[in-house]
Amino acid sequence: MPLYRARVLVSLRPSVLDPAGEATRAAAGRLGVSAIQRLRIGKAVEVELEADSLDGARAQLELLSDRLLANPVIENWALEQLEPATAEA
Amino acid sequence: MTLGIVVFPGSNCDRDVQWAAEGCLGISSRFLWHEDRDLSGLDAVVIPGGFSYGDYLRCGAIARFAPVLQEVVRFAEAGGPVLGICNGFQVLTELGLLPGALTRNEHLHFVCETSELTVQPGSCRWLKGYSNGELLRFPIAHGEGRYQIEADQLPVLEANGQVVLRYRHNPNGSVADVAGICNPAGNVLGLMPHPERACDPATGGIDGQRLLAALLG
Repeated sequence: MPLYRARVLVSLRPSVLDPAGEATRAAAGRLGVSAIQRLRIGKAVEVELEADSLDGARAQLELLSDRLLANPVIENWALEQLEPATAEA
Repeated sequence: MTLGIVVFPGSNCDRDVQWAAEGCLGISSRFLWHEDRDLSGLDAVVIPGGFSYGDYLRCGAIARFAPVLQEVVRFAEAGGPVLGICNGFQVLTELGLLPGALTRNEHLHFVCETSELTVQPGSCRWLKGYSNGELLRFPIAHGEGRYQIEADQLPVLEANGQVVLRYRHNPNGSVADVAGICNPAGNVLGLMPHPERACDPATGGIDGQRLLAALLG
């Protein structure tokens, strides 16, 4: 089966407080980068998976993202990238 | 002889270090709040274990920018003895006072046990009370203690004699069984095990006493 490469971006929903992001923003100010208006921390998950087609890969990734990678109560997720894996990468 | 003990929001071994120093060894100490900048009168500084600033982003990544640590860097660069224990070791690597980084334990488990260590003091001022090859028992308690460094840098550390403490039974997947690293000058030591928890006979061992007592002589 062909191999596909994907990246899923998991981010906190806008209504959810992000203390880690706030702490990081404060540290950025101490570094001298003080113009930051908003800083939110999420996760980028890189996945390689086998599937019979691009649509098949997308279906598996949607299931994975919705049920495992993200908690829909507090997080949004987006399939940022989905493409056939090339041999050299 | 006065020991400075850095206190971040989230530090939780600061009082253990104070007890080891004052209660067990008669070394006076002073807490340094993370916003303090006054290190006057201090002979050595300890960055204790815990979860500074919640360990947000990466362990030690936010603590690195604390005002007190700017002074600790100056203190270290002037030759002052600095000791980083557990989270303090993570902070020292984020600060760049020690090379490498500490990452999630290989088997993902938080480890909490007594570890056996082999010491090779070399020129490390904190370890001058120990003989080369001596076996020590210090408690460990960490989830992110797997020491990592670029493959071409490890031989440099070894050649410099900077790998001063190694686990006999590697608990976390650290390269070369590294438990503690010293800087080439010998005044900055970082280690994941807790010598301050091996100072009071009531806690099962006193192998850590000579580490803190190195400051006295």
